[in-house]
Amino acid sequence: MTHAPLLTIDQVRTAIQQRTTTALAVAEEHYARIEKTDSEIGAFLTLCKERALEKADHVDRMAAEGKPLPPLAGVPVAIKDVLSTRGVRTTAGSKSLVQYIPPYDATAVARMEAAGAVVLGKTNCDEFAMGSSNENSAFHPVSNPRALDRVPGGSSGGSAAAVAADMAVAALGSDTGGSIRQPASFCGVVGLMPTYGRVSRYGLIAFASSLDHVGPLTKTVKDAATVLQTIAGRDPMDSTSADLPVPDYVADIEKPVRGLKLGIAKEYFAEGLNDEVRHAVEAAIDQLKELGCEIVTISLPHTPYAIPTYYLIATAEASSNLARYDGVRYSYRARGVKSLSEMYRRSRDESFGPEVKRRIMLGTYALSAGYYDAYYLKAQKVRTLLTRDFENAFGKVDAIVTPTSPTAAFRLGEKSNDPLAMYLADIYTVTADLAGVPGISIPCGETREKLPVGLQILGRHFDESTILRIAYAYEQSG
Amino acid sequence: MKVTEKDVTYVADLANIELSAGERSGMVRDLNSILDYIDRLNELDTSSVEPMAQVSDRYGVDESKRGSDRFSYASRDDIPEGLRKSLPREEALQNAPDADGTFFRVPKVIER
Repeated sequence: MTHAPLLTIDQVRTAIQQRTTTALAVAEEHYARIEKTDSEIGAFLTLCKERALEKADHVDRMAAEGKPLPPLAGVPVAIKDVLSTRGVRTTAGSKSLVQYIPPYDATAVARMEAAGAVVLGKTNCDEFAMGSSNENSAFHPVSNPRALDRVPGGSSGGSAAAVAADMAVAALGSDTGGSIRQPASFCGVVGLMPTYGRVSRYGLIAFASSLDHVGPLTKTVKDAATVLQTIAGRDPMDSTSADLPVPDYVADIEKPVRGLKLGIAKEYFAEGLNDEVRHAVEAAIDQLKELGCEIVTISLPHTPYAIPTYYLIATAEASSNLARYDGVRYSYRARGVKSLSEMYRRSRDESFGPEVKRRIMLGTYALSAGYYDAYYLKAQKVRTLLTRDFENAFGKVDAIVTPTSPTAAFRLGEKSNDPLAMYLADIYTVTADLAGVPGISIPCGETREKLPVGLQILGRHFDESTILRIAYAYEQSG
Repeated sequence: MKVTEKDVTYVADLANIELSAGERSGMVRDLNSILDYIDRLNELDTSSVEPMAQVSDRYGVDESKRGSDRFSYASRDDIPEGLRKSLPREEALQNAPDADGTFFRVPKVIER
């Protein structure tokens, strides 16, 4: 059977429902594409073909019986390797978990599978999701499918690259400081970070618990809405998951955007923004104006303090979360150790990469006696100010439109020796994580070198519907 | 310079990370560069600002409720066996670098 590749969720599900193809054939096609292209991209760390084909077969039997198919029926998906998958190796991109086989599924993964998704495998990422280029993976870097000498962004670089190279129809990633939106922007796909508490974190390997979000990377805005619809909602296994009704995101994207007020914050167009990115984003804003949105200039005055605040809070939480990698229960253990203390220290030294060590050190320092007030507590107070900035802005506007990243994808190796320069790649994304507001990155044009540029739309807490709707209107108008 | 090699050694000790001499000097350089950047937070007067540890205590809760009632959804009945069953022993031990079938095995803790 030959046909055009099935690229979106609706295309796959409809074709299987109408029996012009089977879930098995779709899965096999995607594995064939992985086989052919992933040797030069490096998006996957582990494939789980047996599990995938079993799931696909189940979907095909439903289709054969003429049963209505669930929303993600037969849709091949990739899962970032920080989300636990029962029986399938989950490494978090770290040597410390190189042989870890989780005994349970993350809630987001279980909900995807319950909706019919076929999990193809686990995607590469920066170690413990710490990085903005995917170069901190303990396994291998990932190449940007749009330009192989460029990074795919991070930390969900493998998920973004898998979707961009049509090796998966959709993927799950995690976003702690921009790790869904920035790689989506670099690879030219859609990336959605839901509101904190919208999607359960159960089974997500923790980096910074008050900042970690699970969300989709997809080819279209509608697909992002469909995946969010599937994974959102209260989960008793995560006490921070919100007990709020889940709206019909897919239906809501069709609503008109005319009359919506969009905020443009001058702090997001200041020094450091690449000119080509600025032009692409400004053109997108003009387009949104054409669509009937009202553009309002606003200020988020504490924006310049977001990166230092983020790197104190995220590292402090990480230093605590990563204490569990002690070489006893599931993580790497150094050989030939004589005492318990030596076992801890050497196991952690041998299995953590340089960036993870740097962050544990910074976080431990910020929490240590004598420095707690000056660093950690100070950062928590500035977090309040950053959140108030959004509260004030959302009193005036319905959404805020910004660039996702100050530059397009940079070259592999370009920033890997300068941690601070790497941190600044997240300058437009970290604030939303700190405040817990939702954000989406969608493609908005290219640079002269044909590198994708991302447009970021931020919304009110639990108002994913509005940002999806604006993103959809923009996407459809292009 | 905020952080010296001595500080790095002390913090590495707190974090249970062994660093080689080369790693230590790199860490002194990197931490100082990051902390210099972080210093800009001192431009802000936060004396009357409340710290924020979590998003979920501010948003996504029923605004009409007060105090601990706002978070009543997050509490549940005390189920002795937990929300899900405990892992069978062999599953709990399967990822351990060293186990004897009943316990995790570690190097001797108490010297005598």
